[in-house]
Parts: sequence; C-alpha cells; structure tokens
Amino acid sequence: MNRDIRDIEDRCMYMAESHPLDEYLRQDRLPHIWCTGCGCGEILTAYIESIIELKIDPDKVAVVSGIGCIGRAAGYLKFDSFHTTHGRPIPFATGLKVANPKLDVTVISGDGDLFAIGGNHIIHAARRNIEMLIICSNNFTYGMTGGQFSPTTPVDAFTTTTPYGNCEKPFNLPDLMAAAGATYVARWTSLHVRRLKDSIKEALMRKGLRFIEVLTPCPTGFGKRNKLGSAIDTAKYYQDHMVIKHDADTREVGLEDPRADFIVGKFVDIEKETYLEAKERIRSREVKK
Amino acid sequence: MSGTLTGTHFLTGNDAAAEGAIAAGCRFFAGYPITPSTEVAERISMRFPQVGGSYIQMEDEIASMVAILGASWAGVKSMTSTSGPGFSLMQENLGLGAMIETPTVIVNVQRGSPSTGLPTNVGQGEVMQARWGSHGDYEIIAVSPNSPQECFDLLIKAFNFSEQYRVPTVVLMDECTSHMSEKVVIPEEKDLEIINRKKPTVSPEKYLPFKPDKDMIPPMAVAGDGYKIHVTGLTHNEKGYPVMSAECHEPLVRRLCDKIRNNADKIIMIEEEKTDDAEVIIISFGSVSRSAKTAYKKAREQGIKAGFLRLITIWPFPEKRIEELAKRVKGFVVAEINYGQVVYEVERCSKGKAKIAHVALMGGRLHTPEEIFKGIKEVVK
Repeated sequence: MNRDIRDIEDRCMYMAESHPLDEYLRQDRLPHIWCTGCGCGEILTAYIESIIELKIDPDKVAVVSGIGCIGRAAGYLKFDSFHTTHGRPIPFATGLKVANPKLDVTVISGDGDLFAIGGNHIIHAARRNIEMLIICSNNFTYGMTGGQFSPTTPVDAFTTTTPYGNCEKPFNLPDLMAAAGATYVARWTSLHVRRLKDSIKEALMRKGLRFIEVLTPCPTGFGKRNKLGSAIDTAKYYQDHMVIKHDADTREVGLEDPRADFIVGKFVDIEKETYLEAKERIRSREVKK
Repeated sequence: MSGTLTGTHFLTGNDAAAEGAIAAGCRFFAGYPITPSTEVAERISMRFPQVGGSYIQMEDEIASMVAILGASWAGVKSMTSTSGPGFSLMQENLGLGAMIETPTVIVNVQRGSPSTGLPTNVGQGEVMQARWGSHGDYEIIAVSPNSPQECFDLLIKAFNFSEQYRVPTVVLMDECTSHMSEKVVIPEEKDLEIINRKKPTVSPEKYLPFKPDKDMIPPMAVAGDGYKIHVTGLTHNEKGYPVMSAECHEPLVRRLCDKIRNNADKIIMIEEEKTDDAEVIIISFGSVSRSAKTAYKKAREQGIKAGFLRLITIWPFPEKRIEELAKRVKGFVVAEINYGQVVYEVERCSKGKAKIAHVALMGGRLHTPEEIFKGIKEVVK
C-alpha cells in the first residue's frame, strides 16, 4: 500500500469524534467555504475561545456580520447570528444593542464591508461609543468577488480591478478608529492566535466601541497576484516583519508598504462614557426634574 | 411603563402618527431628519424617555432602516419616518426586512419629487416605489391616511399588520396630512386592539425559525431568547441556513409574496360613498381624497351619479373591488399627485371594461375639487 495512504488511514483511526468547540459551531453548516490558508478560521476560533474562557452566557451573545468571506462567520457560530446586507452590520448591531442592552454584541466583518460601503456607519458608531466589539478581518482585498482592490489595498498592488497597479492610498484602520472615538483599538494577525484571543478577551471585558484589526492572508484572491506566495509564506512574512509595539502612535501604524516591517499591538485602551450610559444619565436627569 | 396619550387633542398628522406608534407599543425609533417628516422624529424623541423607548438619530436613512430591523430582532417594536430621498436610501434594507420577515413600520411623508424636488410641498409620487422599490419579488403592506385622526389610527393598524404578517409596513402619508392640524380622539389604552408577533411554542432544539404555520407565517424568536437563531438575507431554508438553489428559492419567494396576497381581503381597507348606483367613481387616496369628496358631492348636486372610493390600503391593491365596479360603471376618475401610478393599477384591474380619466398633478399643491370635477365630466360626456 502506498505509504501516504496508510499514514492517512492511521491518522483517521485516531481522529477525535468531537472537537472542543463543537457546541459553539453550527456543525450542520460545516465544512466552511473558506479557502486553504485563509485566516478567517483563526478569527472564529479565537472569538469562540474568548467567549468560553470568559464564561459569557452564550444565550446573550449576538454576532452580526455583513457580506464577504468573513461575513459567513455569523453563519457558522451557534449564537444568535445575523448575516445582513453589505456594509450594514454596524447599524443592525446598533439596533440590537440599544433595543436590548443585555445582549453582548459583536460585529465580525471585513475591510471592504466595514470601511468602504460601511465606512460612514463605523465612524459614527465609534463617535457614539456604542457598546459593541468590532473584529475586522483585513485581507487587503474583496475576496468573495474574486480579488478587487479595497480601501486597505496598498498602493501599487495588483488586483483584478487594478491590473496595472493600485493608485489609491489605503486607510490606516487603527488611526481612523482612534480618531473616530473607539475606546479600544488593537491590531494582530491571524498568525498571532494566542495574542489575538487575549486581545478579544480583553476587549470583551471593556465597554464602549472596541475595534480589533486582524491581518489575514488571502492567498487565492490577493496573494497570488502580488507574488506573496502561499499562506505559509504570508505567515512567515508576518513572523519576520511584525513588530509588537503597544501604545504605538496610531499615526505611525499605517500599512502603506506591504514589504516593510509593520506594527501590531494594543494602541488604545481608554475609558469613556458609553452611548447607553450617557442616555441613561440624561434620562434620569429629566425624570428627577 | 405605559404612556399612551388618551382623550381629545388638536394635533398635526405627524404628531398624531408619533402618538399612534407609541400607542401601538413602538419603543425603538431610528431616523434621520428630513422635511416634511421631521416632526415625527421630534415628537418621538420628546415622548420616548417618558415611556421607556429608545430614540436614536442615525448617520443616514440606510443606517436608520437597518437599525430598526436590528431592534425588531431584539424583540422591540420599531419604526422610522422619512420622506422621498430618505425612502430611496431605505429600499435596499426594506428588501432585507421583507426577506428576513421583520415586523417594522416605515412612515414615508411624500413631498414633491423626483430628487430633492419640493421638500416643503405635497406629492404622492412614491406609490410604486413603496411596492417595487427594492430589488426582486416581495410584498409589503402600505396604508395611506387622509387626516390626523387616521394618522393615529393607521399607525396602530400598520404595527398590527407588520407584527401579524411579519412584514415591513409602509405608512404613505403626504405633506398635507402630515402638517394639517385637526381633532384627534384617542381611546383608552384598554380599548385599543394591539396585535403582537407569534412566538415559538417549541424548544430551541425543535424550532425552525423560517418554518411557517398553516397561515404561512413563521413564529419569531429573537436575539437573547436562547433559540440561537441564524438569520440571513441570502436565500434560506426553514432552519434559516443559506441554500443556493432554485429548489429552495422558489417556495421561499412564493411564500413571502403569498402570505400577503392570500390575506389581501383581511388587509384591504377602502372607504366608499354612493358607489352602489354610481356611473362614475373617483378613486383617490391621502389628502387628495378630501378634494375628491367635495367633487363627487358637487357632481351629485348637478344630477351626475358620481361615487367616491378612497384607498386606505394601497398595497395589496383592491383588485377584486375595482374589477367588480369596472363591470358596472361608465368609468373611473383617478386623482393623484403624480404623473400616473395608481391609475395604472386601476387600468390593470378594470381590464378594459371602464373608461378612465386621469387627473394628474405633478406636486406642490392639492387638486381643487373643480379640477377633479372636470375629470368626472370627461367620463360622463
């Protein structure tokens, strides 16, 4: 017998019948649609593990996503989950949270969904300091539609709609969110699974609008057109080029040059009256009158 | 916390609509200021803290429409109010609301249009937009008041329809009804008929969020109930899971439409006067119906057998009634503040059996009774 096949058979004999995260996944929705090497799975795992480790009541968790590869995350998670229209998860989540403040609301979506078509919503949610966690999977492209340039695509990068190179400048997401008023801003990569989980846990314990950018490889849509190699090569790139710098000035964490070192870490962690706190304070002032 | 206004009041249509929403149990409002609907938002923002509701002003009408869907999925009755340009921005997610069967109410105070048009003047140009504004096949319900009293009454009806049929419901007001002040009589809270959505009666393990009962409406669990629902705007099966096939799409879209079409008789409300022996019937809705009523009475005084039919429900359209009447009248006069919207429906339902005079007005003012009377003359000449 071919040795490789025997190896696989041996492994199958020991294949676990269940996975520790099974009860938090809609198993009848699996396998997922994500490509080999995509970082969306790491985000999903880190999020579920955070909920488990913090012992958050799963009945009170609501996850909202928009459209895109990572948008399918809502469909795999066994919480109350909403897969909304493109760009609109944040206003949907705002409606959920304001109508029922007991819900623990997280938005999981992508760079195009949150910062192009949904750009207006995210800055206003941050300005209001609405109580929600936003996890942005940034793969520098529109993966679901086959790899067009997005608001985070670096200048000169090749995509299906920048066949000669991209002439637009990308957003610096942590800086944008800090300026708009987010109370927690961090960036990790899908390679940093433990740090990412710790960051999500920390953010889940905070109030107000919290934002975590997660750099994720898109070998199918973005990597191959820009000669970034396989997902393993991208992970190696993350390992070799990332510099952890907590409290870095967000003005200096832009990702303009895809081949330079880049900064990850927790950049903002402040306390500020939240939208619902302000609303309650003002309401009780009126009632006392 | 209660707080329904009761008794007799002198209110504008916009204020009455806000009070109707509160009486119906609405406790979440998301909106964006726009003339001539702004006073609905202003009144709600003043009243909601007294009744335990949440008012939020969003960054645009897209966000407003989405936020009211989110609130409804948190179990709270929700609404927005807007006018033409804002209504256009809402269409994308009005479609999402129809697809994921979300009870919610959209007040659209029509002004002169298209585009920015006449912000402070009347129009009725969004009849077809209310029906067809979002992409694809779906049904909504639309009602149209012609007085401040009816703004109150129909807001309650609209919430009841939206909860009963799990569908976004549009209240098509117009600038005249929204800004006129009249007596509004509000009954005691206990005398109001309020309908709430069906809740699931089975355990989370057995619950299928989009499996309809015999009435074609699925019971609705919301976030936080412990049912761990999944809701998507993609074509979905009874579990709520996306399924990309014609086999799944066909029955879903049919049901979204048929749950309204098959219940049309229960949803349709029309006001008729002297239609029994009429040779000519004026069909109108909203503020124009007030001129139409004067016009038909004037015709009667002159010995013309005229009748009056007002659409209170615009969508679903009263097809059967118009067809019946078409068989025995000489013709219809359709008066509306647009260049032809309801008239096409009347033509479709008449099936060539009645003469039709269209009294169109582009917007900016109401018809005079005399202008409508000319239409009557045209039919009976």
